[in-house]
Amino acid sequence: MILLDHLSITPIVIPAVIAPVTMLLMRRHKMAAVTVSLAGCAAMLVAAIAAFVIAQDDVIRSYTLGGWPAPFGIVLILDRLAAMMLVLAAVLAISVLVHAIITGADQRGWHFHPLFHFQLMGLNGAFLTGDLFNLFVFFEVLLIASYGLMLHGQGALRLKAGVAYVVVNIVGSALFLIALGLLYGLTATLNMADLAVKVVLLGPADQGLLRIAGLLLMTVFGLKAAVVPIHLWLPRTYAATMPVVAALFAIMTKVGVYAMIRTVPLIFGAQAGAASWVPAPYLLPAAILGAVIGFVGILTARGMREQAAFAVLASTGTLLMPVSLWQEVTLAAALYYLVQATLAGAALFLVADVTMRRRGQYADAIVPSPHFAGQDMAGLLYLVAAIAAVGLPPLAGFVGKLLILDASFGITGWQVIWATILATTLVGVIGFSRSGSTLFWKAAPEHADAIAASRRSNAEFVAPIMLLAMLVLLTIAAGWVTTQTRATAVQVMAPDRYVTAILGATL
Amino acid sequence: MSLEFLVASAIAMLVAGGIYLALRGRTFQVVLGLTLMSYAVNLFLFAIGRLIVDRPPLYAKDVVEHADPLPQALVLTAIVITFGMTALTVILSLRSFLESGSDQVDGMIKTDGEGAS
Repeated sequence: MILLDHLSITPIVIPAVIAPVTMLLMRRHKMAAVTVSLAGCAAMLVAAIAAFVIAQDDVIRSYTLGGWPAPFGIVLILDRLAAMMLVLAAVLAISVLVHAIITGADQRGWHFHPLFHFQLMGLNGAFLTGDLFNLFVFFEVLLIASYGLMLHGQGALRLKAGVAYVVVNIVGSALFLIALGLLYGLTATLNMADLAVKVVLLGPADQGLLRIAGLLLMTVFGLKAAVVPIHLWLPRTYAATMPVVAALFAIMTKVGVYAMIRTVPLIFGAQAGAASWVPAPYLLPAAILGAVIGFVGILTARGMREQAAFAVLASTGTLLMPVSLWQEVTLAAALYYLVQATLAGAALFLVADVTMRRRGQYADAIVPSPHFAGQDMAGLLYLVAAIAAVGLPPLAGFVGKLLILDASFGITGWQVIWATILATTLVGVIGFSRSGSTLFWKAAPEHADAIAASRRSNAEFVAPIMLLAMLVLLTIAAGWVTTQTRATAVQVMAPDRYVTAILGATL
Repeated sequence: MSLEFLVASAIAMLVAGGIYLALRGRTFQVVLGLTLMSYAVNLFLFAIGRLIVDRPPLYAKDVVEHADPLPQALVLTAIVITFGMTALTVILSLRSFLESGSDQVDGMIKTDGEGAS
């Protein structure tokens, strides 16, 4: 079937078409714009699931744009990893969009829907592309959209945080370009598969430059993923953004992790000389620090949004620990954790949104407030989201952490990983139970009338429940999902198959 | 002085100035710093195709050596993106200044209730 051949590009084309349409419709026909936006999101989910089903046969498909053969033109690659990330992004996007529509967050400016779809286009493109410069371009697409979304709804505090966020990312982009320049200067190619071939052939004189290029590239991905020494932009930005947007941003840090998982085994693998496994010695300490800072942040946060932001940071740290070992088993565990951490982080933001809408002037501050409408439901959702985020049984977070512990057992440095995961989980439990009991159990009598009056529709609970249901599903289907992630990890750790699929040559 | 030395020191000076300015506290200086850095990056990208003089960028019959056209394409894309980004940061810092009355990137924030925690 003809359409199936073009499946690789549909996740990029759909939002690219939907975004301008919603922009045109938004002024006059709001309902139509919202419908189109939702339909586009649903279509994307269908395309992502179709890609996922197709990727089941373990064949790595390349799609040459404009018909130019691989090292010369831009290629899109559809493999298990890309398909998995596409499905994750689509599931997250549809929940976030539903929440934005129900709460009316999309009506607080003209351009929510177009920006939202451009952001998805950047995300999907980054997952699919097989070319490093193209990856840079898609990063820019998703960043530019994220600047717009971050500022959506305005406010001085948001603008302040926005300036810092934009500046940090522009510096990151500059570093990205320098790394690409170095790689191109060394190998005369930016196609990832071609790079994998050319990097092996580099002479001893170029090894130093190659190492620098690799480390620079990893620094950039680390910046996107908010790896510890360069994470400071994240809590401030995410806490100032509208929670529904921050929920979508939960996957943006994972794009950085994805880019590492994609490029390191492929380009900086075992045969890359001085640059082989280039981030490995630095990633583990950074990940451990990230988990510690994240979970301590959960304990010390003063607002629910700040707490959710630290939960995102903590999950990235926990996720990078198994990734930094660069083995098939640990990578499989990491991929499972990646899916659940993204959904759990987003769920925390949505629950924070629902809660702060009902608490009037108390907003999301973790202080006792009078009883508010829907408090029990919000408290229950918060409990479930917190259990998932911190990794307690019975939810997927626990399964993910167990998988990480199991996979890393026996590998050099496993004691540190075990100690960090177990200790930080305890800190996280204390943090979440402290804030949960303050938020939903303690009562303050002041302003009780004002808050009792702020009655809101129970439809607001739909999107958080959707996300939490996905988490429950992820727990129930853990067996199936882990076979998926294992197959994905096997595919990722076998770069020669990737190269053969794209170039037709062998590594 | 060789061409390589001149280009390399130009890039180095731009980067040094850019980093210094980008680390300053006021948005105007930060924007200038980002601009300097983007110039440095563009120069660097331009130079990665090797510094050669008087070579045609595309095919010419009687010439053996060609300049690499791809870095130029990369620079073009990078210029467009950084230009858009600079415009965005200028607008952002202006809005931020107008709304909060301070042009500090990380200075005192006058909270106006919204989102204060």
